[in-house]
Amino acid sequence: MLTTFVASPARVTRVSSGRVGAVINRNVGALRSGPSYWIVLLSGFFEPLLYLLSIGVGVGALVGALTVDGRSMSYAAFVAPAMLAVSAMTGVLAETTFNFFHKFKYAKTFEAVLATPVRPIEIALGELVWAVTRGSFYTAIFLVVMAVMGLTTPGLALAAFPATVLVGLAFGAVGMAVSTLMRGWQDFDLLNIGQFALFLFSGTFSPVRDYPLVMEILIQVTPLYHAVELVRALCLGAIGLGSLVHVAYLAVMIAGGLWFASRRLTRMLCV
Amino acid sequence: MADQPLIFARDLVKRFGDFTAVNGIDLEVAPGEAFGFLGPNGAGKSSTMRMIGCVSVPTSGQLRILGMDPAREGTAIRARLGVCPQLDNLDPDLTVRENLTTYARYFGLSRAESGRRADELLEFVRLSDRAKGKVEPLSGGMKRRLTIARALVNEPDLVLLDEPTTGLDPQARHLLWERLFRLKQRGTTLVLTTHYMDEAEQLCDRLVVMDGGKIIASGSPRSLIETYSTAEVLELRFPDGLDLNGDYAAKLEGVGERIDPLPDRVLVYADDGDAALAEVHRRGLTPSSVLVRRSTLEDVFLQLTGRTLVD
Repeated sequence: MLTTFVASPARVTRVSSGRVGAVINRNVGALRSGPSYWIVLLSGFFEPLLYLLSIGVGVGALVGALTVDGRSMSYAAFVAPAMLAVSAMTGVLAETTFNFFHKFKYAKTFEAVLATPVRPIEIALGELVWAVTRGSFYTAIFLVVMAVMGLTTPGLALAAFPATVLVGLAFGAVGMAVSTLMRGWQDFDLLNIGQFALFLFSGTFSPVRDYPLVMEILIQVTPLYHAVELVRALCLGAIGLGSLVHVAYLAVMIAGGLWFASRRLTRMLCV
Repeated sequence: MADQPLIFARDLVKRFGDFTAVNGIDLEVAPGEAFGFLGPNGAGKSSTMRMIGCVSVPTSGQLRILGMDPAREGTAIRARLGVCPQLDNLDPDLTVRENLTTYARYFGLSRAESGRRADELLEFVRLSDRAKGKVEPLSGGMKRRLTIARALVNEPDLVLLDEPTTGLDPQARHLLWERLFRLKQRGTTLVLTTHYMDEAEQLCDRLVVMDGGKIIASGSPRSLIETYSTAEVLELRFPDGLDLNGDYAAKLEGVGERIDPLPDRVLVYADDGDAALAEVHRRGLTPSSVLVRRSTLEDVFLQLTGRTLVD
C-alpha cells in the first residue's frame, strides 16, 4: 500500500499500486476456482497456433518463398509474427471484453469494489495488467514454438516479447473501453466480426502493398496492422525508425482506452 | 472527533435527470448511534445511503462524512466505512472465505491479516463451516450474513446497511438482528434503511421517516409513536367490509381519538384499546374479528402519509 490516507486532495487521488494489486489478486483467486476458466485460457492459445500450422505451413508449401521489402523469407516466417501479434490481441481481449463485461454488468463485482477505497482507474489498471499477464502466457509459448520451428531466433524472440506485451496492453485497454459500451451479450457479435476483419486484413496473410491503394491506406489506419508490423519487424530483425510510429499508435490506444474505461466505470457505477 | 457527527448533511439533494430522488434533507448521526431511514420503496433511502457511502455525488447541499468532504476525500472516507448493499454482490467466482480475504485486500490489509479477520468474521456470522464452499449454494440469510461480514472486514467506524433483512424468512431475520445488535453493543455506529417497522423499532435509537425524497418526521421509535399515534390500536374487520369500511368508520365516529378505514380493516386509535372495543359493542356493531395491539411505526407512517408502508 503506497498511498497514505492523508486529508490532502493531492495525495488521495494518487493511484495506489497496492489497490491495483488487490484488483489483480481477485482475478488470481477466481482463476484457481474452477476448470471452466482454464478452458477459456487454453482456447485463446490454440487458435493462432492452428492458423500458423494450416495456413503458414500448409498454404506456405504452395506459395513458396516470399519477397517483402527486398527480403526473401518463407511464407511461414511471414505469417508467424502476425499470428503472434494476433495471439497477443485475442488473449488479452478475451479477458477485457467477456470476463470484464460479466464482472461489470452481471456479477456486480465492480460495484462491490467501488464501495472500498479502490477507484475506477485502479480497477481499469488492475484488470488490464491481469489481462496482459494472462495474454503474455500465450505469446511466450507461441514464441518458443516459433523458435523451435526455426521461424525466428531465440534472441529475436526475446526482443519481440516486450512488443507483444505492448500489443496486449493496447488491445486490452481499447477492448475494456468498448466493453463499457456493450448493452448485452448480442453486442459481442459485432466485436467478433470486427476482430475477425482485423485478423484477415492487417497484413497478416499477405503484404498490405498487394492491396489497392485505398485499402492499403484503410488498413494502415486500423490497430492490428501496427501490431503486426511492429512484431514482424522484431521477429525478422528488421527494426527501423518507422517502428516508432507503431509504438506511438499502440501507446495512444493504451492511454485512450484506460482513460475512457475508467470514465465510463465512474459514470455507470458512481451515480 | 468524538464531538463531531459522523454524518452531517444540510439541504442534501440528489437528482437523476428530471427526477428528484432526495429533496433537501438534513441529517446528523453521532458516533455510537444506531440510526435508521424508514420509508416505502422510492422514498430516497438508497440514494441517500449511496451518497453517504461516497459512491454517488450529491447534486447540491452540504455533506460531511467522518468530518471529511466526500467529493475530495472519498477514498479516505470509504477506507473507514463498511457497506452492505441492498442486493448481494458477493463474488460468485470465489469461495466464502476468499470473498472476505479478497475484499480485505482492497483496504490494503496484508495477506496474513486478511486471513485472520476472515476467520474471525466467519465465526461471528456463523459461517465457519462453509468457509471453503462457493457462495451460490448459500441461503438468502447466509449470503446476507456473509455480506455483513464483508462490510466489517476493515473494522469500520460506520456501517451502512441498505435493507439488511428484506426478503429473508423470520428466522434468518432474527439471527441477523441479533448479530447487528451485538455490533451495536460494541459501539459500532450503524446506519440502516428499512421498510419494516419492527426492524426499525428493534435496532434504531433514532430514525427519520422518509417519503417522496423528504424527511417527514424524526425521533426515537417511541417518541415518534407517542407523537403521531396513540398507545394502542384497535383493528376491526367486518364480514361485509371491503366496500363498506367507510360506512363503518362513520358509525365509529367518536370512539378513540381517530378512525382510519383501510380497504381490509378499520383502525381505531385509542390509548385504551379495550375501552374502545367496549364502546364498539355498546353501539351494536359486530366485527368478525378484533385485535387490540400496541401502536407501531406503521401507524406513524399511516398517520403521516395516509398510506401503508409496504404495499
